[in-house]
Amino acid sequence: MNVLWLQSAGCGGCTMSLLCAEGPNVFDLLSGAGISFLWHPALSVETGGEVRQLLQDVESGAVPLDVLCVEGSILTGPKGTGRFHLLSGTGRSMLDWVRSLSAKAHHVVAVGTCATYGGVTSAGNNPASAIGVQYDGRHAGGAVPAEFRSGSGLPVINVAGCPTHPDWVTETLLLLAADELTATDLDSFARPRFYADHLVHHACPKNEFYEYKASAHHLSQMGCMMEHLGCIGTQAVGDCNIRGWNGEGSCTRAGYPCINCTAPEFEEPRHAFTETPKFAGIPVGLPSDMPKAWFMALASLSKAATPKRIEQNAISDRIMVPPQPKAPKT
Amino acid sequence: MNPGELLVGPFNRVEGDLEVRLEITDGQVRAAYANSPLFRGFEQMLLGKAPEDALTITPRICGICSISQSAAAAQALAAAAGATPAPQGALVASLLHGVENVCDHLTHFNLFFMADFSRPAYAERVWHDRAVTRFTAMQGSAVRRAVEARAELLHIVGLLGGKWPHTLAIQPGGVTRAPTARDRIRIRADLASFRRYLEEVLFGAPVEAFAALGSTAELMRWSTGDAGLFFEIAADLDLARLGPGPGHYLSYGAYPMEGGRALAAGVWEDGTVHPLDTRAIVEDLSHAWMRGDTAHPTIGHTTPDEDMAAPGYSWCKAPRLAGAPMETGALARQLIDGHPLAVDLAQGGVGGVLARVAGRLLEIARTQVLLERWAEAIRPEEKFMTGVSLPREGIGEGLVEAARGALGHWVRIEGGRIAAYQIIAPTTWNFSPRDAAGVPGPLEAALVGAPVGDGEDTPLSVQHIVRSFDPCMVCTVH
Repeated sequence: MNVLWLQSAGCGGCTMSLLCAEGPNVFDLLSGAGISFLWHPALSVETGGEVRQLLQDVESGAVPLDVLCVEGSILTGPKGTGRFHLLSGTGRSMLDWVRSLSAKAHHVVAVGTCATYGGVTSAGNNPASAIGVQYDGRHAGGAVPAEFRSGSGLPVINVAGCPTHPDWVTETLLLLAADELTATDLDSFARPRFYADHLVHHACPKNEFYEYKASAHHLSQMGCMMEHLGCIGTQAVGDCNIRGWNGEGSCTRAGYPCINCTAPEFEEPRHAFTETPKFAGIPVGLPSDMPKAWFMALASLSKAATPKRIEQNAISDRIMVPPQPKAPKT
Repeated sequence: MNPGELLVGPFNRVEGDLEVRLEITDGQVRAAYANSPLFRGFEQMLLGKAPEDALTITPRICGICSISQSAAAAQALAAAAGATPAPQGALVASLLHGVENVCDHLTHFNLFFMADFSRPAYAERVWHDRAVTRFTAMQGSAVRRAVEARAELLHIVGLLGGKWPHTLAIQPGGVTRAPTARDRIRIRADLASFRRYLEEVLFGAPVEAFAALGSTAELMRWSTGDAGLFFEIAADLDLARLGPGPGHYLSYGAYPMEGGRALAAGVWEDGTVHPLDTRAIVEDLSHAWMRGDTAHPTIGHTTPDEDMAAPGYSWCKAPRLAGAPMETGALARQLIDGHPLAVDLAQGGVGGVLARVAGRLLEIARTQVLLERWAEAIRPEEKFMTGVSLPREGIGEGLVEAARGALGHWVRIEGGRIAAYQIIAPTTWNFSPRDAAGVPGPLEAALVGAPVGDGEDTPLSVQHIVRSFDPCMVCTVH
């Protein structure tokens, strides 16, 4: 299975993250599954004229394209021309290239939240009019229309994340190479369900604090960050705390909140990222599938029942009160 | 395009988008124009946001220098608040940043730069078979080993910073996670493993021996490891003289901690180090697709010229220090810090392709020693964060050294919101377009005189020179 990878308007971080794949390294992993790059802008040897020839051959159909991976958002500015991003050496906008090559690809994979939904490149006043390959934020329809289907019959596969976990990208490609990814394996925003059916909350090391609503008030404190510090791990899709990042890491493990980077429009939460918006002192945006009244009732009960250990550790930067196991028998 | 002109692009194995227009006479580049063909507008996005949002948004300017952006934003906010981070927090931030910088150098050498020597155009060279074995893109044995070593070293960032890239761990008051004694021992183990990689593979000898090299002559006698293969190639192709530097170098000084920066700040001109005065920095917009006047970053703004009118030819502004273009990067940093090898490379030679790549290798060796020292200095019993309350009104400057060189953030806060935010990235310096006086940027100047063979549409000499700067175009055109 061959892959043509384009870097559109983004930071390149999803490729940098991809290189963090381990056991085996990314090159051995992909080649072991029969996956090769026709061209990748950070990794391939070909430059300039060699690449222009290849793009021409793919566009004409002379070279069949199995997978088009697009990293980075698609710029439509200024004035709908897409000229805020011309693919260098070609005089053509990336918008134009992505539309043209998508039509040739058996599968189209958008890598990262910029490519999927617009992402951080579309933050603020969206100065460059950035959109995703098949979505503009939460709205279906991006550089290619909502009804677009690639040669395989699938919509654009949205491997969202800012950045993407290396395994989310490699495992998507491996599943495609094995012909084991179908429309039912994608969620409502076309994210692969093998990671999008989990929540960041799952296996978060702060779960015990969450159970008692024992909250951190400031970054660096160990408590749950939902009540005060903007954490939306209970609503964000991703197996971040299950598989871990760069060894054993994750955002919440490192003491800062989940900002829901796998979701469309995460870049504009309409409040400071590390601050929980509240209404009458109660956080808005409670876990999406739990009745609000139940949540409030359980929260006030569990707050009242909070053990001293959890209460004190929640506002400390390290474990001050360890669990008390039973004393050894003498 | 006119006869005698070449348009080189897509230019890959650089971070982001680059197009280079060349004017060629008699088999040599006579003039070069560097174009950054992507505009995103991060400085505009930040306007009106809560100041602390810069810590989430600016790292996402760049997926390869993400921690650098994060550290610069944290410093700018701390400066606006008149605060200093907890000393142990600053130490951990340096450790995170140092790991990123080493990883970037490693990626550059193994994945971006060396692949060109495996090209069939060099098939007749005595070293070619070894270059193919070690550095063929995505397959070479050195390439595969390097990504493994890099991924393992980044476990330090996973542990302390949650993930790489795009950590939110670095804050104006320190870092969000207090490492334990167990964490420290893991970090030391990760560094020991990385040292083994460096000594077995990259240098083929103790790291300290490489860091102790004092002259270009000694360097060129270094024959072990992949570094040795590079010096053999460099001697054969005379890479020392290819792509000379401008002779002006800038470093903001790297790794601010209690007691000062681990590497010195300054400006190198006329063979000596001068003090740095950032008030003398301006961004010239004469050849950028930008509207506005030449201005210091505290009063500058970013308004794209949607018509992309001439004489503009790039989205990149042209920063100048006291009117002069500056080269920045590992060579500049080591030179201004006074390392004798770097001084000899820049002064004895012409600061070309060899000097830039050797500067990076030297920095890998020296940073390994620093990282080990910092890991040793972690005191788990201390505080890693102090409370910093951001002011409703204030201005701040954040200066760091990314792998590719000097990175500055300038923020103005009004009414508790970001009223202005300007960023000058390393490659904005190195790949700047011409200024109002017509003076080319460092890359544009370095390309003049590069040889172009008959029938070459993407000249190899130009590729070596461009990649020797390790450009980060996504930072450039934030």
